[in-house]
Amino acid sequence: MRAAVVVFPGSNCDRDMAVALRAAGADVTMVWHKDASLPDAVDLVAIPGGFSFGDYLRCGAIAAQSPICRAVVAHAGRGGYVLGVCNGFQVLTETGLLPGALMRNSGLKFICKTVDLVVETANTAFTSGYQAGQGIRLPVAHHDGNYTVDPATLARLQDEDRIVFRYAQPLNGSVADIAGLVSDNRRVLGMMPHPERAVDAGHGGTDGQALFRELVGQVVAA
Amino acid sequence: MKARVYVMLKTGVLDPQGEAVRHALANLGFDGVQGVRQGKLIELDLADGTDEATIAQMCDKLLANTVIESYRIEVL
Repeated sequence: MRAAVVVFPGSNCDRDMAVALRAAGADVTMVWHKDASLPDAVDLVAIPGGFSFGDYLRCGAIAAQSPICRAVVAHAGRGGYVLGVCNGFQVLTETGLLPGALMRNSGLKFICKTVDLVVETANTAFTSGYQAGQGIRLPVAHHDGNYTVDPATLARLQDEDRIVFRYAQPLNGSVADIAGLVSDNRRVLGMMPHPERAVDAGHGGTDGQALFRELVGQVVAA
Repeated sequence: MKARVYVMLKTGVLDPQGEAVRHALANLGFDGVQGVRQGKLIELDLADGTDEATIAQMCDKLLANTVIESYRIEVL
């Protein structure tokens, strides 16, 4: 599998993302935000966590207008896989690839801890290595993870089984405790928790490993 | 020419920062503050003759996230 990790000024989880993907067997290229195109034959684009452009205006808003994001939107339009984590999730909502928006945490504080999550669906290439209803633990580190979406879209997300991860306990004010969701073709995943920070025993947990392993494995097989 | 863009969270979207400010005002003894909404004011220095429709495009594409925010344009 060929993967590209996008790097913006202010990204800070880009190397962790590349390490996690390589450990799962992906061939990883880093791409700079000013690049107008992705490397040839890329299967997956990963948009990492961080504080792209200093979170100016809104988290992810400036990054979403960068040249590389136009290429990412085109890649998604061709049915390509996209994984956005934390700031990457914010970028995906700002580009419109995923519905809704991520607002300031309801408690107003930056939350940095490992949290309990529930995998809501195994019916995605990202989560086929988990069981629906399985509890996992992943780190979160965000100030703006309070997911909001209009009631009609929320009902559609639920009906279409597109809510992928929920917080086991209310964390940041997110509607329906949503921690991650997929696009309607199930190939674009945005999530606030950091699977790339839980892929090595040295991280204190390895619950993120299955996401990268299954994703890389499925895309290679396809 | 100059224009101002006021960006506010839409009515019905909970504004946690506004709520925190409201509580702080109450703690300072200002009674009767029933609601606080916090938004952004963006000042634009524009080429003369820029029409309001163009400014609206700027708002829709970048300055506001219309999923959660509304905006108002004031041409000065």
